[in-house]
Amino acid sequence: MIRRATRIDDIEKRREHLNDLTDEQLKARFWELAGKTVDPLIDLAYKNTTPAIERSVVLRMGFSSIEAKDIVEKTIKHGLISKGAGHVIYRLSQLDKISIRDAGQALINNKGWDKVKKSFEVSS
Amino acid sequence: MKINEKLDIREILKDLDKYEPRRRGWTWRKPVENLDMEGNVYSDASEPLKNSVPLPAAKYFNNIDPQPIQVITSEIASGRFEDDIRRMRMAAWHGADHLMVIRTAGQSHFDGLIEGTPQGIGGVAITRKQVRAQRKALDIIEDEVGRPINYHSYVSGVAGPDIAVMFAEEGVNGAHQDPQYNVLYRNINMIRSFVDAAESKKIMAWGDILQIDGAHNANATAMVAWKVMPELLVQHAINSLFSVKAGIKKDNIALSTVPPTAVPAPDLKINLPYAKALRDFFSEYKMRAQMNTKYMETSTREATVTHVLNMMISKLTKTDIQSTITPDEGRNVPWHMYNVEACDTAKQALIGMDGLLEMVELKDTGFLPKKVRDLKERSILFFEELLQDGGYFQAVEDGYFIDSGIYPERNGDGISREINGGIGANTVYERDEDYFAPVTAHYGYNNTKQYGLKDGESPASLIGGSTFEDRSKIQYIDELDPVDNVNTRMAEKEKYINSNIVKPEVEWLADGVIVIDVTLPTSVRYAEAAALEIAKKMNLLEPEVIHREVLHQAEATRVQVKGKVDFDINLDELTLAEEPDILSDKEIKEFLEDRDIKIVAGTVGEDEHSVGLREIIDIKHGGIEKYGIDCLYLGTSVPITKLVDAAIETNADAILMSTIISHDEVHYKNMKKTHEYAVEKGVRDKFLIIAGGTQVTPETARKQGVDQGFARGTKGQHVASFIVKKLKEK
Repeated sequence: MIRRATRIDDIEKRREHLNDLTDEQLKARFWELAGKTVDPLIDLAYKNTTPAIERSVVLRMGFSSIEAKDIVEKTIKHGLISKGAGHVIYRLSQLDKISIRDAGQALINNKGWDKVKKSFEVSS
Repeated sequence: MKINEKLDIREILKDLDKYEPRRRGWTWRKPVENLDMEGNVYSDASEPLKNSVPLPAAKYFNNIDPQPIQVITSEIASGRFEDDIRRMRMAAWHGADHLMVIRTAGQSHFDGLIEGTPQGIGGVAITRKQVRAQRKALDIIEDEVGRPINYHSYVSGVAGPDIAVMFAEEGVNGAHQDPQYNVLYRNINMIRSFVDAAESKKIMAWGDILQIDGAHNANATAMVAWKVMPELLVQHAINSLFSVKAGIKKDNIALSTVPPTAVPAPDLKINLPYAKALRDFFSEYKMRAQMNTKYMETSTREATVTHVLNMMISKLTKTDIQSTITPDEGRNVPWHMYNVEACDTAKQALIGMDGLLEMVELKDTGFLPKKVRDLKERSILFFEELLQDGGYFQAVEDGYFIDSGIYPERNGDGISREINGGIGANTVYERDEDYFAPVTAHYGYNNTKQYGLKDGESPASLIGGSTFEDRSKIQYIDELDPVDNVNTRMAEKEKYINSNIVKPEVEWLADGVIVIDVTLPTSVRYAEAAALEIAKKMNLLEPEVIHREVLHQAEATRVQVKGKVDFDINLDELTLAEEPDILSDKEIKEFLEDRDIKIVAGTVGEDEHSVGLREIIDIKHGGIEKYGIDCLYLGTSVPITKLVDAAIETNADAILMSTIISHDEVHYKNMKKTHEYAVEKGVRDKFLIIAGGTQVTPETARKQGVDQGFARGTKGQHVASFIVKKLKEK
């Protein structure tokens, strides 16, 4: 265990600026600080994705967990995860005018990737 | 489903590919104002059940079974979900309506969904098939008890969003979700955890799944549990507010809160101010009161008292869901009977404290508010410094959390995780400007405009609906492993499934486990060794000491040993003890109408117990007087000679002798003496001799020469029935 800096309980000194707050003001202060802590975290979630999120998207599009895992891994390998794995399936279904299931199956069988990449203007 | 029939697990496993959950979302109990049950009026009770097992003492109250207002949780996860289903039925009958399934060890590090029904370790492998089977079983069980049952498991680990989707599709009603748990206790990368969590929460919001957070683990992990109190407020706030921002309504966000300390600490002086501070700050959220496990040892008695004290805090503050930790958790993976005991403990304690706040209130001056204010200020100061030092991620890296100092005290021993370290590090990808996901309940940036959708239009409409709109799109996988699955496990237990061959069990069908409770007049070490030797001589396999308790260092030690038996019992070959043969009140009264029946009664020997016999006799307890039987009560410590002589003098039809003290078999010896004295006097055929007492076995009593023995639970009606039948024979 890495030991970090220790500190004695200096609450009396630290709390001075809270002394005059009513209970309601204290509560408001608590939630204001919680908001400031959480805002950057939720913002991060808004802008980013992960393999698990993409698998959950593919699952909702009607694929099994095994298929979803495979499609997402291939999406990452082909550098397309920033477009969305579900998007890749959807795009191929649009390009080839096939069903979502058929598009997913094609991608699992390593078909259609180049076409999708080209349409997203992502280099191989 | 008939209440006297076993659940057919194979029937439940049939056609699971076609199973559809009957509802989505969480269900609270329905409060009943001033519920009146047999003249007992309750302030905080909910709708009674259609079928249930009441508390043991309920037999004196016409078997009423009042249900508290709080949802009651029972955690059931033995590793074999098929056996857990049977235990869920037991728990539901004892008042549980929130059944929580712990996941198998390692599932949180499994990158994707597990499929099939592999056996779990320390929990159950949570899979679509297992979830469907248990939810389907709970549909049957909730109909039987007459109250909706919430089914619950965990949305965490590196496959949180995957699991959330499956839970939403399968009608799971509640789930733990807290990215801080991943970070602090599972060493999963913090960025990954929070990004995943927003998606999981958004999906849970769609499924109307009640969320429970993971802050209570800080208490169980910290070296000095109560000192993390300011930090607990911070952890609860981070997850709660993050959840609101991800889309969960506050009514579906429950804080998992544990009273941090336990006796021998001054329990309420520490736990009550904390509970009050938490509920003040989180007044808009739900409270799920967890029980203290940090200080749980192998004494089930000690754990039960701790939990009752915990529930006193629940009643003095506010609790929406009352958790029940099984009192044996300190010694083994919980067993059937302890789940049931824990549910009963909760029901008994909460109903026992019904209306508490109508009689007492928490003080708003002095010690309590001072402590409450202190904790609130410390938590605010925690947040202030966290923000000053660079925010949440930096704070985790700097070891802010689970430090054993009470903030702002710091002992430098907190858990530290690297921002870019841990499982799943570097697996977070920024979404491009044209990022798109054609599904419902997807959190965050989603460029639907590129495909012509307007604001508010469902992205899933582009694919004709996702599985959330059209469940026929769900791909069901039955089994992947040909060996490790429920069918194999059940085939091995074929002999015992719905058959008349039984074997003892504590968690799995026919596991053969029994416990012996031994007190030995020696010290702990010798007692342990001796108890194991005793178990071996009793032919118990794999004996193991599970509890030891010093009665006195030199005088005696109590030891509990578990072991397995390797035989089974065929129910068809058993001779059953006779059931009491009862006549109806009407039959008894009709027979006695034109007869004068007289009895003499008393507690014999040096025995001052009177309550039992009075209940058999007295009209106000429904005793035999009510049938018009003339009773001469001689009192307690009556010599047997006096009893017999009185019977002769009054020309009685029967003697009712009560014998409670059973030390050295004195109760049976007195029965024999009474019989012999009556024979000696030549009057044995003049009257019946009936003996009763808590330790009386009818068969053994008759062997002493008396006409009948009555045991614990006997009512006047039983005794009167016996007298009438015997008189009819004459």
